[in-house]
Amino acid sequence: MSTFVSDFKTRATEKAGDLRHRQVIRTALRGYEIVRDKRKAAFQSWESARQAAAETKWEAVNHLDKHLEALTAKLEARGTKVHWASTGEQAREIIAQILRDKKARCIIKSKSMTSEEIHLNHALEKEGFTVVESDLGEFIVQLRHEPPYHLVFPSMHLTRGEIKDLFQKELGDAPSDAPEELTMVARRVMRQKYIQADVGFTGANFAIAETGMISITENEGNARLTAALPKTMVTLIGIEKVLPRFADLALFLPMLATAGAGQPMTCYNTMYSGPRQPGECDGPEEWHVVLLDNRRTELLADAEQRDALHCIRCGACLNVCPIFRNVGGHTYGTTYSGPVGAVITPHLRGLQEWKHLSNASSLCGACTEACPVKIDLHHHLLQNRRNASASEPAFFERLAYQIFGIVANEPAFWSLAKKLGWLTQPLQKVVKGSALDPARAWTKTRDLPAQPRESFKDWWRNRK
Amino acid sequence: MSERENILGRIREALKVNAPLPGWHGERSAEHLSAGDPAANARNLAARSGTASDWLPLVGASVAEQFELFAKNAADLKADFQLLASRDELKAALLKLRDAEKWRRVASHGGELTDFACKALGLPVTLTDCGYDVQEMEQCDAGITECDALIAQTGGVAVTSRSAGGRALSVLPPHHVVLARREQLVADLPAAFALLQQKYAPDFPSMISFITGPSRTGDIERILVLGAHGPKKLTILCV
Repeated sequence: MSTFVSDFKTRATEKAGDLRHRQVIRTALRGYEIVRDKRKAAFQSWESARQAAAETKWEAVNHLDKHLEALTAKLEARGTKVHWASTGEQAREIIAQILRDKKARCIIKSKSMTSEEIHLNHALEKEGFTVVESDLGEFIVQLRHEPPYHLVFPSMHLTRGEIKDLFQKELGDAPSDAPEELTMVARRVMRQKYIQADVGFTGANFAIAETGMISITENEGNARLTAALPKTMVTLIGIEKVLPRFADLALFLPMLATAGAGQPMTCYNTMYSGPRQPGECDGPEEWHVVLLDNRRTELLADAEQRDALHCIRCGACLNVCPIFRNVGGHTYGTTYSGPVGAVITPHLRGLQEWKHLSNASSLCGACTEACPVKIDLHHHLLQNRRNASASEPAFFERLAYQIFGIVANEPAFWSLAKKLGWLTQPLQKVVKGSALDPARAWTKTRDLPAQPRESFKDWWRNRK
Repeated sequence: MSERENILGRIREALKVNAPLPGWHGERSAEHLSAGDPAANARNLAARSGTASDWLPLVGASVAEQFELFAKNAADLKADFQLLASRDELKAALLKLRDAEKWRRVASHGGELTDFACKALGLPVTLTDCGYDVQEMEQCDAGITECDALIAQTGGVAVTSRSAGGRALSVLPPHHVVLARREQLVADLPAAFALLQQKYAPDFPSMISFITGPSRTGDIERILVLGAHGPKKLTILCV
């Protein structure tokens, strides 16, 4: 068993039994479905909007080469430097080289899951650069040396008390555990960082091919400041984030806000089309946009699951997933957690090592229903299971089903099995959950249902 | 071969196989595959009726209804919206803000409405038009800008680096005051995007920002706090 599987199982068992953790997550997500549904209901037709969004993304992803070429040409025409990176390593090197050229020391960073994917902070810190996360949630998990817990809400697993203690320890400044006061601590710390930073780093939510723009969605204003004050700006973006037209944002921005956090619109939705232009009074003198593949083209090559590249990283599928809500974001051990993470991680990081995530699902389909761009998430989990067993059959599982098939098809075997069940059931109670119990994975935390006194077949035969 | 060519090459190779059209959940079969017929794909994609305006939240047709909706949405966002009848009322509203919050210095940019406001306030002003000192702007009590549009559907405003004094002015000071004209109200987001495209394309300002309420965060126990990094207050004065 690979360490990824055993780590996942250990953490999942631990977290699922951690009632405090479940309480925190339940509190954090309590209001989400209510406000989201209220916002969805405000749409004249959420379903038509979903279909249109899915079709727009389909169009973008299925003509990705043309859109990327158009995007690049438009960006470059306005003085933006566009870089292409096939791997995370290349992207890290491109970004580090920009920082070296600029003789930068301090980098202020707004939220970017793509940078988490390539472990950018670690690489830059190893080279001696200071990296400051400016999004409040990201700042909190950075102080804890932890990856974000959730795509959209990085620190949702922490209570105000824990955050107060963290600020007290790391910043020596935590007047109380009131969210308002803790937020103001971060605001004070960050204000001067924006002004002092040599380079501002951002992620991106969308790229517009038609007009050559990068669109960034945020609530706090930290990305706005990151893109306004430092002299150099660097943006890292996955190649799949392209939308064909400027006007497409009129649909995607409110849908992202609604699906992601139950907001009508996120507070700041900002489109950047270049560095500071002639006649403008501020903004970076240089802007570098790094386009990252990092095996997205492998997912693209799987036509059946290509729609997973439609993902706008709203986190809606995580919020509604019964597995995510019980095992938590860190259990997955991946940058992208929850249903969408379970679908794409095997493509991005290897099917055999990450196939266990396909089983971290009840196949209830809540994720598929929640997805604003109609990614067929729960069917993709099944397809990943199928693909994994086709490329590397699980010997014991196959054997077990073969034996079951033989027994179930042969009445004599079946009635023998029933009798054996009768005889061994009292024994099972004695060894329940222990190493001797063959069903211990199930019975450790559950009771095995008792075999009924009379089987259906007996009842049918004996009926009057 | 450059990485650009490598990546584009992999994309073209991958796209040789067609993907099923979206919206066919759980019924993937040969008939739903696009089967390499681009014309059929285009027909299928064009088959849906309506535009984003038909699906997004409803907006009334009359200007009065739209202002009413804007005011309601702005209030929900905890922004302060005032529809003013005259320049005198605008002046009075600004002076009231100045006195209530004890403004000592404001930041702004050159513009017909902003010039009027700065003169009315009679305070020292940091103007951004010809460059500015960032520390000085950070010390200002308010940033006063014009805008490109008010959007009834969301209760938000659209600003650009050209219409609103650059990138920082609308986010650095703790109070952002937007000055707008009545005719800048648009019904919905598609109308706002159309307006920006018509006004600027192809020479867009390097930053376009849709500001929907004052800066906020919910990162601590999902509890709303205003003024995370950007302005704690957003006031929209419309004459």
